[in-house]
Amino acid sequence: MTSANPAIAQSGGLTPQRILVFGLLALGLIAPFGVYPIFLMKGFCFALFAAAFNLLLGYVGLLSFGHAMFFGFSAYVTAHAAKEWGLTPEIAILLGVATATVLGAVTGWLAIRRSGIYFAMVTLAFSQMMYFVAVQAPFTHGEDGIQGVPRGHLLGLIDLNDTLTMYYFVFAVLVASLLFLHRIVNSPFGQVLKAIRDNEPRAISLGYEVDRYKLLAFTLSAALAGLAGSVKSLVFQLASLTDVHWHASGEVVLMTLLGGVGTVFGPSAGAFLVVAIQDYFSGIGSWVTIIQGAIFVVCVLLFRSGIVGVMAPMLKRRGIQA
Amino acid sequence: MIMKRLLLSAAALALSTGLAHAQFTDGKVKIGVLTDLSGTYSDLAGQGAIVAAQMAIEDFGGKINGQPIELISADHQNKADIASGIARKWYENEGVDAIAELVTTAAAVAVREVAREKGKIDLNSGAASTPLTNDKCSPTGFHWTYDTYAMAVGTGDAVVKSGGKTWFFLTADYAFGHNLQAQTERVVLANGGTVKGSVKHPFPNADFSSFLLQAQASGAQIIGLANAGADTINAIKQAKEFGIVAGGQKLAGLLVFITDVNSLGLDIAQGMVLTTGFYWDMDDGTRAFSKRFAERMKGKMPSMVQAGVYSQVTHYLKAAAAAKTDEGIKVADKMRELPIQDFFAKNGKIRADGRMVHDMYLAQVKAPSESKGPWDYYKVLRTIPGDEAFQPLSMSTCPLVKK
Repeated sequence: MTSANPAIAQSGGLTPQRILVFGLLALGLIAPFGVYPIFLMKGFCFALFAAAFNLLLGYVGLLSFGHAMFFGFSAYVTAHAAKEWGLTPEIAILLGVATATVLGAVTGWLAIRRSGIYFAMVTLAFSQMMYFVAVQAPFTHGEDGIQGVPRGHLLGLIDLNDTLTMYYFVFAVLVASLLFLHRIVNSPFGQVLKAIRDNEPRAISLGYEVDRYKLLAFTLSAALAGLAGSVKSLVFQLASLTDVHWHASGEVVLMTLLGGVGTVFGPSAGAFLVVAIQDYFSGIGSWVTIIQGAIFVVCVLLFRSGIVGVMAPMLKRRGIQA
Repeated sequence: MIMKRLLLSAAALALSTGLAHAQFTDGKVKIGVLTDLSGTYSDLAGQGAIVAAQMAIEDFGGKINGQPIELISADHQNKADIASGIARKWYENEGVDAIAELVTTAAAVAVREVAREKGKIDLNSGAASTPLTNDKCSPTGFHWTYDTYAMAVGTGDAVVKSGGKTWFFLTADYAFGHNLQAQTERVVLANGGTVKGSVKHPFPNADFSSFLLQAQASGAQIIGLANAGADTINAIKQAKEFGIVAGGQKLAGLLVFITDVNSLGLDIAQGMVLTTGFYWDMDDGTRAFSKRFAERMKGKMPSMVQAGVYSQVTHYLKAAAAAKTDEGIKVADKMRELPIQDFFAKNGKIRADGRMVHDMYLAQVKAPSESKGPWDYYKVLRTIPGDEAFQPLSMSTCPLVKK
């Protein structure tokens, strides 16, 4: 379901695939006039986070339980850079992404030596370490977080304090990142990743240095998760412990599974579903987690491979790659 | 075909949910109660705060100059990011004019930033920290019921003067705990006491054993609990299990609510000295309100935070009616102009920094033998006049205060 269909990719004109992609793009462009833009931006940030996570779970088969450290820590770095050092948003975001990349390379280098549950536990352990760093380090301001982060002017020119401008910036970041991920997954590199996922010993026997591929995928995933966190800290003008907490690591697993592992649009759909539940049901207090759990149970019973994962075969019959 | 229908219905759904939220703020006054409905502070604020706001709106007549008053509420789960997200949505998208209650300093400060940016009103009752009326002060932000300075002046002072000279602090590790500890330390040192040390515990926390053992080992006469709500309750209960009180050390709850005393029971809580901005059994006015409140809350009496919400919402509505607008800055100016005169505050007044100054009370928890019935918990030892209870303006770091 995930392999590229060259016949469609190369044929010109309006294929159903293109109609779907352009339809979604157009929907994204007009959405802020109907739906609350901050809600959409939150959805985009988590969609990017889930998509980054999906690169690892869906295409390499590695279940990381520590992605919150990349998401949350880059948010802190970006917020600190923008607020305390007065840097422009693009530099602050780049710093955040760089932090996540380094963090990803180091923790990944240690974690990929194990697989399965051990890999998940190793990543969780690193993530908890970073969580306590965030609790104790003075620059994160503990339980209060970094508040009142200025959105600033993009490239010193475009004022991001305007909600609509910020919206289109976040939308552009998401679209570019999804394109980038699509490119990675459908490249020879992506094919090797899938080979490792499906049969690691065979990939090794074919002469691939599996560890290097895994590490690169882990680092790319960390960098994109960091990008999501950095952008989120500018959208909400806040970086807090919530984003480094293991709940965030768990939430991204939930989003990816709900939407559909190993699909391009699945994580985004899952992210929007979870964010919408949290947002629109926040008035009813502690019942939110119960509703979230019930929806998860229903999804597992009805759509075992996620919402998009179930739709994918139907779409594929019409020549659409989900 | 199915695809098209799916896309169309998705688009229609997106648009319809959006349109339902795009409303004008004109034509009504809307108040949001943003509080902890599920966590550590849900007993002392929570549902009771929503009920208090409802009562305030009903008592006001439900209308303001012919325009309806609406109430909305949400759970911020004591988290800054959730609080700021909801506040932003309420102010920008749902026509909310004022947000009330706001327990937990981290959440209160997050909402303060949004409210200042949007020029809308925020009314703090539950959050305790003094930065809300110092460097974080805002022309449209108010701090109503109490603060850490008043707690230190009341409880800290009383404990040192009764002989508790050496202190060890057990502090909730976030802005509020740090602030409460710092304020209390100041009072302890000023009265000739000494501080032997402190330990910070995560917020919220369930297991205090290692922190309590450190406090025990310090040998201090007084263990000051710079935390609140369920954290305080757990610490006190566990200290009893460790035999700390039996061993001669005393616990000083630096912020104790009547709901905490109710949870602990008089057996454990008796003799504790505390500072409060409100007690239900003071006079006819407080008793009348509390009785009506208890009828709606299954017999629970209001905490000072909940009573404060009634007072602040009522005052906001009075000011909005007098100013004939729901525009933040104009209503805020009117609020500062009008005195507060209700069962909660006698001759209360709002200063330039947003602090509502009113009398506080030093109380002691009754022994079980002294208590005549449910919720008969406090003996009021002394009334602390407002000007003594709250930080003088000369010490303020609020940029709005002209010196």
